[in-house]
Amino acid sequence: LSFLECSWRFCGRFKALWMKAALPDFKIRELTENPIGGRIIAAFFPPEKERLDFPSFVRILAHFRPIGKNRSRDRAQPEQANSRTGKLKFAFELYDQDRDGKISREELLQVLRAMLGLQVTEEQLRSIAERAIQEADLDGDGAISFDEFKKSLEKVDMEHKMNIRFLK
Amino acid sequence: LPKMDYVFLNFCFFSIFYAYFTISPYHHITIFLLLYLAKGILSKSKPLSVQENMQELRSSAHSRRSEPQFDMGDVIYFCRKGVESIIDDEVTKSFSAQELESWNLLTRSIRRFPHRGLRLTLLWGLGVLIRYGILLPLRVILAVTGIFLFVILSTSVGFLPNSKLRFFLGEKVHLMGYRFCVKSLTAFITYHNSENRPKNGSICVANHTTPLDVIILANDRCYSLVGQVHRGLLGLIQRAMVKSSPHIWFERAEVKDRHLVAKRLCDHAADKTKQPILIFPEGTCVNNTSVMMFKKGSFEIGCTIFPVAIKYDFRFGDAYWNSSKFGLVHHLLRIMSSWALVCSVWYLPPMNREEGEDAVQFAKRVKAALAAQAGLADLTWDGGLKRTKVKDAFKEEQQRLYSEILLKVHQTQKQEKCFEDETPEGD
Repeated sequence: LSFLECSWRFCGRFKALWMKAALPDFKIRELTENPIGGRIIAAFFPPEKERLDFPSFVRILAHFRPIGKNRSRDRAQPEQANSRTGKLKFAFELYDQDRDGKISREELLQVLRAMLGLQVTEEQLRSIAERAIQEADLDGDGAISFDEFKKSLEKVDMEHKMNIRFLK
Repeated sequence: LPKMDYVFLNFCFFSIFYAYFTISPYHHITIFLLLYLAKGILSKSKPLSVQENMQELRSSAHSRRSEPQFDMGDVIYFCRKGVESIIDDEVTKSFSAQELESWNLLTRSIRRFPHRGLRLTLLWGLGVLIRYGILLPLRVILAVTGIFLFVILSTSVGFLPNSKLRFFLGEKVHLMGYRFCVKSLTAFITYHNSENRPKNGSICVANHTTPLDVIILANDRCYSLVGQVHRGLLGLIQRAMVKSSPHIWFERAEVKDRHLVAKRLCDHAADKTKQPILIFPEGTCVNNTSVMMFKKGSFEIGCTIFPVAIKYDFRFGDAYWNSSKFGLVHHLLRIMSSWALVCSVWYLPPMNREEGEDAVQFAKRVKAALAAQAGLADLTWDGGLKRTKVKDAFKEEQQRLYSEILLKVHQTQKQEKCFEDETPEGD
């Protein structure tokens, strides 16, 4: 597929995300069955904006490209979206909805509630959250900062897990 | 990207066929058709279940611990699946028109006009002239004549007292009506495996792309149709049809009563001399790249099922009726102003419900056979999703699978904790 045709298809897909107001009424059926579908859509929209333009859409999708080989001229550029740090930052922002740079207990609980729904009791949910925070929180402030998040995921193979191969 | 020679060749090829076809109406022309499988943008690896994906995700992180537990990285699995479905999902692809590899000179087939030069634009202009100036008027005249003749003849046959003669003539009149319609659409239909043509007293199921599927199938033998009673021209045609052969038309109120519907279908099918009933179990039109979930109603009746697969060649004109985009009349005009309606019909061998198989499994089996024959993707999504939202049950299923992984562990952790609490006392 040529790049042109690929971007045609992207335009079509991105029409489906067009209005943030479409959030409760998903037009993409498979996204409705995803427990964190709402957060993923919200992640595409920069804060305070109600509309998504094509360059921002592509920028977000760039997080999912495979990590490229090191090229000497890239060292001068700021962190790329598809680098390990870029991918981790995207995942961090799925938790940290108010963008204060820390995942509080409440934010963690919200994500857990979305992923587990009514299948677990409130108590079990709290204890899972407590345990997760205890494990990850190194400086004891009761919230997880980006560095602590990075550390807890240091063994996860982000290159393969957060990687979507576009085009055959 | 359009290839000039392919387009031009198709165009010449096509106009010659059309001329030949109108001169010799009894000559059956066979066209070699290629099957297109649905193409996706993503190269998907073999789909793993939720559990397997989770295990993979965690095994790299918790190599020292044998039991899984909640990890901050679990969200990545859902995140990736979500973004993959944003980029390319199965359901939207099945309800939008197919895309062509090379242009067939119809602007409706592509998103925007490919400005590739004067020659192509001229050729397109010529195509428009031919299609709207010559083909469309001829087709409309044929269609109107056909319907007019059909209504009159069918009603007059209905006045005949003798039922056997009436049945015989009725069938002939119906076939004549359908053949007129087929000619008026310039449909080139290839019937494969005619030995499996549906027999009397059975049910025929087919995949649904357009309301014209009925005409395509009924061109070969007569079926009893099932549907709602309409008003206007369509209502007139329905009433005329019923006079000469048995069809099952429901009032709008009756459609909601499933038992009544099932009973009428059963009664009709139980009579072995009656024509086979034609049913489209998907319930809605799908774009002919995939087959959606078959509703189990018609499979519960217990008759022999004759599956029929219909595949259109969309190079000559897209036959899919996107009912949310345009109405029936607009759709007919689109078909009549395309180059032609080229399709293949495969009659599959009859299937019966086996011992210990319930209606849903039987429906799945029939669907799989049908999709395999026509080269369509076999999807489990409900055709009703065209208009309605996905039920929350799907999301709950995902949540349940995930929670199973966590909870199993949580129990063992709780036990560990209790154990730890006890030991200090014993100290």
